[in-house]
Amino acid sequence: MAHRQVSSTARPDSASVTDPIPAGSTGGSVGQVELQLVTFDGPDHILNLDGGGSLSPVTVAYETYGELSGSRDNAILVCHALSGDAHAAGFYGSGPDEKPGWWDILIGPGKPLDTDRYFVICPNFLGSCYGTTGPTSIDPGTGQPYGLSFPFFTIRDMVEVQRWLLDHLGIETLYAVIGGSMGGMQALQWGISYPERVKGVIPVATTSRMSAQGIALNEVGRQAILSDPKWLEGLYPKGDPPARGLAIARMIGHITYLSEESMHQKFARRFVNGNGRSFNFSKDFQVESYLHHQGDKFVQRFDANTYLYISRAMDYFDLETDHDSLEEAFSQCLSSFLVLSFTSDWLFPAQHSAEIVQVLRKLGKEVSYCNIESDQGHDAFLLPGHRMGDLVSGFLERLSEGGTP
Amino acid sequence: MSLVHSLHALDETDHSPPSRSVDWTLTTLRDRALDDQISSIVREGEKVLDLGCGRGDLLVLLKKTHRIRESGVEIEGEAVSEAIARGLSVTHGDLEDSLASMGDRAWDLVILNQVITVIRDPVAILSESLRVGRRVAVTFPNFAGWRTRFQLALRGRLPVTPSLPYQWYDTPNIRLVTVKDFRNLCGQMELKILKEAFVGRARGGGFRPVSAWPNLKASSALFVISK
Repeated sequence: MAHRQVSSTARPDSASVTDPIPAGSTGGSVGQVELQLVTFDGPDHILNLDGGGSLSPVTVAYETYGELSGSRDNAILVCHALSGDAHAAGFYGSGPDEKPGWWDILIGPGKPLDTDRYFVICPNFLGSCYGTTGPTSIDPGTGQPYGLSFPFFTIRDMVEVQRWLLDHLGIETLYAVIGGSMGGMQALQWGISYPERVKGVIPVATTSRMSAQGIALNEVGRQAILSDPKWLEGLYPKGDPPARGLAIARMIGHITYLSEESMHQKFARRFVNGNGRSFNFSKDFQVESYLHHQGDKFVQRFDANTYLYISRAMDYFDLETDHDSLEEAFSQCLSSFLVLSFTSDWLFPAQHSAEIVQVLRKLGKEVSYCNIESDQGHDAFLLPGHRMGDLVSGFLERLSEGGTP
Repeated sequence: MSLVHSLHALDETDHSPPSRSVDWTLTTLRDRALDDQISSIVREGEKVLDLGCGRGDLLVLLKKTHRIRESGVEIEGEAVSEAIARGLSVTHGDLEDSLASMGDRAWDLVILNQVITVIRDPVAILSESLRVGRRVAVTFPNFAGWRTRFQLALRGRLPVTPSLPYQWYDTPNIRLVTVKDFRNLCGQMELKILKEAFVGRARGGGFRPVSAWPNLKASSALFVISK
């Protein structure tokens, strides 16, 4: 295994439509942080994937905040969403305009994931384009980027790689695993794949199986990429990607992260620069301009093939089919659960969370659930202005009582 | 206070404008009045489910006094948030759906504290509670208390009391019950009554235990029942 520390260049901004309310978060910053890399190689680390392929070596990019306790029992794993990365908190020190990590509202001294108490780990997941092995990585067999020769992977495969990382860090048991959206899928999968290794599971704004609506929206995004003439069957050069296609995929995605209410508050029917109707197809409305801006920004930081693979992994997430039933899926779980949804999230509606809660309760598992009031849509989990942080704090505190079933 | 004075005190007309949402803080004292009595039937380390637990005040108390393994169900999001933030295990949802997803005899004690008068089908909730719990503690405002009787009989108006502090148009209490009626229901359902306790209004504004003539003197009642 090789270690190196690098400072990251490209990284996502947290997808937010609402300007952060500083009052929404108390506590400090973790300060300057570094992206770390570890490469798993050799016969013990051949990753056999759900889709039939295999990968070796596998590099994992990750960040950590806080200190691992002597008894190694205070680690919290943070799982990121579709376009996220390992930079969940703090700063790289790149300049005064630098935005903090994508879950800085939650992670830091005195914050819900209190780095004075917990050792927080955020790895970039398998198949992403932010340091962990994915379609943009060099295939050692060819010396070229994998591109479409990258094997298909699932949420379960992502969790397997995260497990390697924990083994590498010498962490047998996680105090908790938390993630929103696709990160929530990983959190659920952790509770199911490694029941004895996780004390608390916190799936936020997520589902136990991707809905038809979700798959449909992902497919439109993929088709935008696949039908871009610059996609070239995935063999586009790095400097000339299918930018239109990827931007449109992001525009669609971005709509699903908002709510009608949050879009109305932010844009209503306002025109760009206060002008009226232009009677042409340029960007008349502020909401159009905003979406184009989001799409263009995304192209600067994300890879089109990677988007195809990750959205597919999301589509394939289905705990019910994997285990014959949801009851069967959760039957071996030993963790306590805190399930959170947001009232205005229509991508992963509250009903999906309520169903998970129903099954856990039926099985007699320890579970808390709140459908948090918010008009911010799916994106709410990344934003301040609601009570998610307090609930996470309370749940983590409760775990310390050792009150697991 | 003489009876005449008491009646006079009851006859003050409220001129405040009608409110539309339920202000649960109006009943904080009432909702906590039987906590000690409920606490007295809890055993160390029991699994206790509080249906309609609000912010979880009773669960916090029972965790402290009896180290119970607690769980709560609550429909109001703000109260759920508060309860989970306090470190309680609580789920957000409707009582009927929540009960339906629970296994038989999953709890040592199920609590319905000032809940059965605000739900559509009290008998169904009682039956379900008795299915999932070995015993069930039920508290409710007694509609046959002397204050309510006098207000209805002498003033001809629907009662507004510390236990029923709402106007007819904003009350969450869509079912009204008396001590006798509840005993009667227990008989019909062939339930065992393991304990009864009653409180009435105290002079200082709080509540005090009532032993004799509960159907006349109690403003709130506790029944602990089992199948």
